Amino acid sequence: MSTAAGKSQISIRRSFSEYARAVWAILWKDLAAELRGREMLSAMLVFALLVILIFNFALELDAKTRTSVTSGVLWVTFAFAGTLGLNRSMAMEKDRGCLDGLLLTPVDRSAIYFGKALSNLAFMLIVEVIVLPVYSILYNTNLFNPGLIMVILLGSIGYVGVGTLLASMAVQTRTRDILLPILLFPVVLPVLIAAVKASSGFLQSIPMSEIWPWLNILIVYDIIFIAVAFMVFDFIVEE
Amino acid sequence: MEPKPTLLKILDIVSILLLLIATGMVFFYTPVEAVMGQVQKVFYFHVAAGWVGMLSFLAAAFAGIMYLIKSDRKWDIVGLSAVEIGLVFAFINIITGSIWARPIWNTWWTWDPRLTTATIMMLIYAAYLMLRAGIEDLDRRARFGAVYAIVGFLSVPLTFFSARLFRTIHPVVVGTNQPGAEGSFDMTAKMLQTFLFSLLVFSFIFADLLWHRIRLGRLADKVEQLKLKTME
Amino acid sequence: MSSSLSPIISVHNLVKRFGLKTILRGLNFEVEKGEFVALLGPNGAGKTTFLRILASLSRPAAGRVTVSGFSLPSQAAAVRRLIGVVSHLPLLYGDLTAEENLRFYARMYSIPNPDARINDVLDVVGLTARRRDLVRTYSRGMQQRLAIGRAVLHDPEIMLFDEPFTGLDQDACAMLGDVLREVAARSRTVVMTSHDLSRAADLASRFDVISRGIITASAHSQDMDTDLLLSFYRDAIGAK
Repeated sequence: MSTAAGKSQISIRRSFSEYARAVWAILWKDLAAELRGREMLSAMLVFALLVILIFNFALELDAKTRTSVTSGVLWVTFAFAGTLGLNRSMAMEKDRGCLDGLLLTPVDRSAIYFGKALSNLAFMLIVEVIVLPVYSILYNTNLFNPGLIMVILLGSIGYVGVGTLLASMAVQTRTRDILLPILLFPVVLPVLIAAVKASSGFLQSIPMSEIWPWLNILIVYDIIFIAVAFMVFDFIVEE
Repeated sequence: MEPKPTLLKILDIVSILLLLIATGMVFFYTPVEAVMGQVQKVFYFHVAAGWVGMLSFLAAAFAGIMYLIKSDRKWDIVGLSAVEIGLVFAFINIITGSIWARPIWNTWWTWDPRLTTATIMMLIYAAYLMLRAGIEDLDRRARFGAVYAIVGFLSVPLTFFSARLFRTIHPVVVGTNQPGAEGSFDMTAKMLQTFLFSLLVFSFIFADLLWHRIRLGRLADKVEQLKLKTME
Repeated sequence: MSSSLSPIISVHNLVKRFGLKTILRGLNFEVEKGEFVALLGPNGAGKTTFLRILASLSRPAAGRVTVSGFSLPSQAAAVRRLIGVVSHLPLLYGDLTAEENLRFYARMYSIPNPDARINDVLDVVGLTARRRDLVRTYSRGMQQRLAIGRAVLHDPEIMLFDEPFTGLDQDACAMLGDVLREVAARSRTVVMTSHDLSRAADLASRFDVISRGIITASAHSQDMDTDLLLSFYRDAIGAK
């Protein structure tokens, strides 16, 4: 009896470490492949900077209006640049049939979702980490605010959580790249609204009690959608 | 061709009758509202249409879950039908909302959280249809539709709360002369009766249209099957 | 429970539909351990569909599928450890080197001593010299050979090949054939679909024909001749 229980304990531990290893393997593979050519990262960065540039002329950001629209401009930039990363990340698996290669491994399908989501998050954070100082310099605003960093993290998690799921679907359709923003933006709106308001709140040093409701929305969204993604991902990749 | 079931025939007639009664009630039974005047009467069908829009969304999400569990094509047809109908009613909701807003607040649009959420819902519906249009394989189309219906449905309440929270901070709607443009007013008993009756009527219409659309979907499947048979 | 007498792959009454079309209609199929089966058939007969179900990439609509004692689709994860799949797409990442690709899959399969195993595999497929090159610089023949390497990395007892010779020139085909023969020789069971009858005749010891969703003919032969195979095939698909 005790050996059976002991065996099942070992097998639970083993399958957890296999799961963790698979997630890490996928994350590492994406980072290694991208850092070699850096095509996707450069595209995302250049696109982000172009969007900020366009905003500069479109909104005529004088010093006064700038403080109130900064978070809006930042999040619109992240949302658009994010779709580039999501598309590219999933297209990589479609190319040369690699998704089948992943599906042939003995790991649970959710490990694939988790691994891709983490690598998408990593790329998004890299872009954000570069855009923030650039924006700070261009507009002489101090964006090194721990509250802002936290919001960017929470918001990116929500965006990437849903985005990875929807990109997995979009990449398997005929209309691919065009479809992802159409699927993603209506659904990720709560994240964008809450992130913009919370970011603004931190930048304008509004009392925490007013920022909390927005953070709550972000956290609730993140939890709900990552849970849902775990549950439905199987149905998206299997036949 | 499958003959139309008797129950459906009855439902058709009942729906039309109820709609005529409701229209009559709206124009002749209810009083004219003191502040807003005649245009307020749009309200009865406006909210009922919104109600059907949300009901459809729930139906589509439910059908999605059932399809993923059972893999039975009929749930896919139900989901698609619900989305198509929901799209139309959400659109009616938005247009009637616009018609109501214009004379009252001198604007075609208010960023009212309910109206905003209705628009988002319509966009999700449209995205659903575009997703399906881009997939050849029938099974994959059904699966992806089901997943997106579920994801979309879950996001809508969160969008509503975000929009409402946003509004409590920005109560002034662009271009209006009233700070709290939300369109609330006190309802008399007659108005309440008509309002609830309209909800009932639109629910019947929803059920009727849904049934028809499901039949249409099943027939389309049959045609496809026959086509495949002749090709062998 | 599984003795040397029970078949390593057993398929009974397999049905698979795509939308409203039925592709596999009650297919029956059995393979003994160590056999090399060539699955032949016209386009659209269901060869690839069948192989994908055996590979656990696709779910049967009805019927029983047992691979090495595990049933599909319920025990798919267990089955995946025991099978190696080579399809006409290489399932490799172009932006990674051959070595990095193999290391990735070694992690995904939790292979003990991955370095030693990777060296072994690169040796068998003859790509040791180009292990540090990016896969997107490989020719198609080399990609297919590396794909075989990926497929045998976890030492599976069953190999599934889906049209592996697609898009290869004569030399590459010959090289691939050699590698396949060596890989299969290590008492592995192989099921291979192919349009290339001469390759099939060369490698396989058993020949099954799928036509319109079921197996219509089966032949055993250690020294199958290409012309003989061709007439056998024509009969099998012409008969219905």
